Amino acid sequence: MTVLETTGLTITLDGQPLVRDVSLSLAARDRVGLIGESGSGKSLTALALLGLLPPGMRTSGRILIDGEDHLGAPDRRWRRVRGRTVSIVFQEPLTALDPLMPVGRQIAGPLRLHQGLNRSDAERRAIEWCDRVHLPDPARLVRALPHELSGGQRQRVALAMALACRPRVLIADEPTTALDVTVQAQILTLLDELIEETGVGLLFISHDLPVVAGLARHLLVMRTGRLVESGPVDDVLRRPRSGYARQLVASAAQVTRLARPSVHGEYR
Amino acid sequence: MSTPLVEAVETVEAPDAPARRRRGWRSPSFLVGAALLLAVLALALVSLLWSPYGLDHTDPTARLAGPSPQHWAGTDRLGRDQFTQLMLGARTAMWIGLASVAVAFVIGVPLGLLAAAAGRLAENAVVGVIDIVIAFPTLLLAMLLVTVYGASTAVAISAIGIGVSAEVARLTRISASRVFTQDYVLAARTCGTGPLMILVRHVLPNIWHTLLVQAALAFGVAVIAEASLSYLGLGTPPPAPSWGRMLQEAQSTVSVAPWNVLLPGLAVAVTVVGVNLLGDGLREVLDPQLRQERQAGER
Amino acid sequence: MLSYLIRRVAWLIGSLFVAGSAVFFLLRVLPGDPAVTLLAVGSSPDQIDAIRHQLGTDRPVLAQYGHWLGDLATGNLGDSLFTQLPVLDQIAGRLPVTVPLALSAFVLSIIVAVPIGVFAAVRRRGLLGVAVSTLAQLGIALPIFWVGIMVVWLVAVQWRALPPGGFPRTGWQDPGAAIQSLVLPVATLTIAQGSVLVRYVRSATLDVLSQEYVRTARSLGYSLPRALWRHGPRNGAATVVQILGILLASSLLGTVVIESVFALPGLGSLLLASVKARDLPIVQGTVFLMTATVLVVGLVVDVVQRLVDPRLRGSA
Ligand SMILES: Nc1ncnc2c1ncn2[C@@H]1O[C@H](COP(=O)(O)OP(=O)(O)OP(=O)(O)O)[C@@H](O)[C@H]1O
Ligand SMILES: [Mg+2]
Repeated sequence: MTVLETTGLTITLDGQPLVRDVSLSLAARDRVGLIGESGSGKSLTALALLGLLPPGMRTSGRILIDGEDHLGAPDRRWRRVRGRTVSIVFQEPLTALDPLMPVGRQIAGPLRLHQGLNRSDAERRAIEWCDRVHLPDPARLVRALPHELSGGQRQRVALAMALACRPRVLIADEPTTALDVTVQAQILTLLDELIEETGVGLLFISHDLPVVAGLARHLLVMRTGRLVESGPVDDVLRRPRSGYARQLVASAAQVTRLARPSVHGEYR
Repeated sequence: MSTPLVEAVETVEAPDAPARRRRGWRSPSFLVGAALLLAVLALALVSLLWSPYGLDHTDPTARLAGPSPQHWAGTDRLGRDQFTQLMLGARTAMWIGLASVAVAFVIGVPLGLLAAAAGRLAENAVVGVIDIVIAFPTLLLAMLLVTVYGASTAVAISAIGIGVSAEVARLTRISASRVFTQDYVLAARTCGTGPLMILVRHVLPNIWHTLLVQAALAFGVAVIAEASLSYLGLGTPPPAPSWGRMLQEAQSTVSVAPWNVLLPGLAVAVTVVGVNLLGDGLREVLDPQLRQERQAGER
Repeated sequence: MLSYLIRRVAWLIGSLFVAGSAVFFLLRVLPGDPAVTLLAVGSSPDQIDAIRHQLGTDRPVLAQYGHWLGDLATGNLGDSLFTQLPVLDQIAGRLPVTVPLALSAFVLSIIVAVPIGVFAAVRRRGLLGVAVSTLAQLGIALPIFWVGIMVVWLVAVQWRALPPGGFPRTGWQDPGAAIQSLVLPVATLTIAQGSVLVRYVRSATLDVLSQEYVRTARSLGYSLPRALWRHGPRNGAATVVQILGILLASSLLGTVVIESVFALPGLGSLLLASVKARDLPIVQGTVFLMTATVLVVGLVVDVVQRLVDPRLRGSA
């Protein structure tokens, strides 16, 4: 069943469109990749899906969450779905976490907020989640501050936070761009494992075709605020229709010929 | 009067505001600030040529009179025309404000540059001195100097100037050392460019707008400081008029002539608000440069 | 932490030394003979010599300097030129007015200004938020003594609700009267300090609001106020502690002007009267003590900042 669906999503700032006419839909267990060059509007689209655009930006179109249009809805209604139905993981795990709050409490927070758990139950669940994202020595680690963790560990914490309240859709906005290649591969493996386990639908944003292709089944290509291509990963890779997608595939092919990307699995 | 310069308070103003910058000199704070300040400046300049009455003209028949066609702002308990006093007070405020800011910059900017350019040890020493001068507020400094030398315009200017210079030095050091650690400055240094050349070519062009905004804010601080000193009887001695002393004299007659308190206070407020708005406006106008610099600093 | 504390205290002692030296050299080494300027014109040479002797200016400068530092180290600030009473005793006699005045204005302005500053940041685009910021800006631009005079005019002259100034002769023996005479001064100082604090708190709050972790909290379903409540205190604490340090110091200094407006017999009026009477030992003693207080507050601020921000603890 479709959880999240947009039709004709357009984002403007001072009358200038930054994102134009984007339509996409996500159900549980879907794996959609959104790819495009820097500044093409991927992050803005992601933020719009959570109603978190910077003030001053206007949206039009429709954003259906469980069939209800949330575009222009009051914050009160958005808050019911954020973290519970739709969650997001951001690119930079260091700044996305509170530098002065123990990571365990950061994971426990949403559990207390949405599920009304008391402090000790929520902390116990936080430890469980640290274990599920394969953080070492979870019982001790929950008391650490973000700067005491490695970049990869921080992103694992961010994933645990986002998934703790069992959302049905997870948006991952370039979650591995800030990490080095080996850590990147580990996080991708973890992400693959978690979405299999939890059945969460994934919208994976990246500008790196091999990375997206390794994880997604459906591919969206974005350029200057528009979707220029949409289709199963295989089709897009074999028969890119837009010139831009052809370019992407060609340059990715060049890179892969030089070195197989250390992404787990293979192109599906 | 020991109000610290509210520097950098507005630089974090609207982090999430989309890039919708009012360009050029049309920024409202700049325009309003400039208008207020120009009005005060005009009063001061006109007073050089003309004022409704002479400085020591008293009108014994109209003491503590309210505003009237003869006395636009009323008279005080000696029958002196308050509008004349306000105009001449503007002159004192502008003069002492400008001179103090000049003193503050002549002391503070080289000190700050020295701290930024010199090695760690010298930097720590200068920072220490700055910290102590900041702990040593203008008012106390003025009191020390007045005790020994008596109240005079020169003492007021020195005390305010030295007091404000600490903040100027602090800001200069921070913005200059940000430039000194930039890649292109390091590159210039490895090419053997001398420190003076680096200063002239790279540092000053990158920090002058920060200093300009600071000068505006410092002027406001100096005007309030001058008024406070004259209110306490430690500023420019009579007969030179001053807003602060007008207030001190009007305080005892506030129950019969409240307008005599109102106007000099408003004059100070208009000047200070004007100059603060001007500072905010300048920041906005110069913002593209500031923003680029800030982004560069983050890397 | 301990080694930091030791270093920081050493730094404080160094600063006190420099501040003491500054007071000394500003007054003695600059041109002019204090003894001559201190006395009215036409004093006899004997009188001048007597003053010189009392000030110690008849000895070599370095000897004077050593003596001044030695006195400071042992807590001796000398005697008043006119009353011959020890400076320290005179200062102590004024504290019962100045300390309550400065401290209650400090505490009150925190209670009033912190919520207002946070509100002004959260609602910075709303009408009320803009109005609050504008008022604060005005409060900073208005001279504190002018605010005081207007408060007197309104409350004491127009409404006759409270005394316009002065302090009971019997001091705190009649607490009711003492408190009554401090209400308006405290209110005035609170308006002035509060305005500054509103601006600082607003800017610190805006800073927290712009952080990505606030966006993360909102993406997990927190409302903006709740996200601010969750992350604001711990992340704003270091800045706020620093601001409070500045505020405490400027509350103390503000009393000098406030006591003059309300004719209160506190440290500030002692200082002002001594400046006008040119009672050098009292002036330099009071100035040194006030500066020392500001420096000590600075130390406390630095230490507390380290305690609230664990990231600072590791670094040097
Ligand atoms: N806060 C903002 N204010 C103004 N313009 C913005 C803002 N955020 C984004 N933009 C503009 O919107 C466009 C799309 O930005 P977006 O962040 O969505 O790009 P992106 O595809 O995520 O790029 P990247 O791969 O670099 O993250 C860009 O042209 C950018 O300049
Ligand atoms: Mg992006």
